Amino acid sequence: MEQKIYGLPEGMNDKKTSFCPGCSHMAAYRTIVESLNELNERDNAVIVRPIGCSLNADYSFDIHAIQSMHGRASAVATGVARMHPEKTVLAYQGDGDAHSIGIAECLYAANRGEKMTCIVINNSVYGMTGGQMSGTTLLGQRTTTGIREFDNQGAPIHVAEMIAQLEAPGYVARAALYTPKDIMQAKKFMVKALRCQKELGKYSYIELLSFCPTNWGVKPVDCIKYAQENVLPVYPVGELKTCF
Amino acid sequence: MAHIEVAKERCKACELCTTACPFGLLRLSDDYNSAGDHYIVQDNPEKCIGCKLCAIQCPDTVIEVYK
Repeated sequence: MEQKIYGLPEGMNDKKTSFCPGCSHMAAYRTIVESLNELNERDNAVIVRPIGCSLNADYSFDIHAIQSMHGRASAVATGVARMHPEKTVLAYQGDGDAHSIGIAECLYAANRGEKMTCIVINNSVYGMTGGQMSGTTLLGQRTTTGIREFDNQGAPIHVAEMIAQLEAPGYVARAALYTPKDIMQAKKFMVKALRCQKELGKYSYIELLSFCPTNWGVKPVDCIKYAQENVLPVYPVGELKTCF
Repeated sequence: MAHIEVAKERCKACELCTTACPFGLLRLSDDYNSAGDHYIVQDNPEKCIGCKLCAIQCPDTVIEVYK
């Protein structure tokens, strides 16, 4: 008798989302929901989402959610984590959000060691607002507001490395959502990040490198090669700080 | 014996799963779904070993794997 061995995890519904074809956001959400299910924490979790492409998944999964202002998810998550220390608090941000507009909130929440997990989807552009340059845009990358040059905009910012050298955070990692192997590794890191928050009460940070075919101007099938050649040399994948 | 089921109405034709299948069994259909996208179909389903790689790669979890 054949049994279902893989499909939508419990807690996600089969509504069609408005993400572009090839967008990694739903792979990130699936990783989060699977990890929460594994730890039996889904009903106890609160996810804070700022402005950005992440909003498009509003009705596609079953986790308590709060909407915050652009860049301020870590600040709102701080409030939730202090009021409800028993909850698993997640801040789900983009790179334009956490690494550009809200870098102060993101870094200071890490420096204070709030009991929360910050998940940053890094696709190296502002996705929802139309492909503008963000703090993590690669050198030479073409965006709708220009091509990044070292002399004008500086090198891409490495926030995961900055957080890893702070004293308070417990777990800092960077994973990719490119190939099935990368997605499985991302899930492993996600479980560790959530366990670090839950069991040790520390701050966890996980950065997920993802595709943005629309704003990169690359076909989804060619995105894997493009990302492996251009993004991975700049943003190496791995655990930067671990508490286990 | 394994097989996959594709929720063809949710498929957005990004073709990422075609890069994940180790046997290259997946391709886009000639037909369209209600959104006007081609959807994923499987050639030679008897060759499928149920490795789940296509389903893990699919961002929208359109593919269900049975084994």
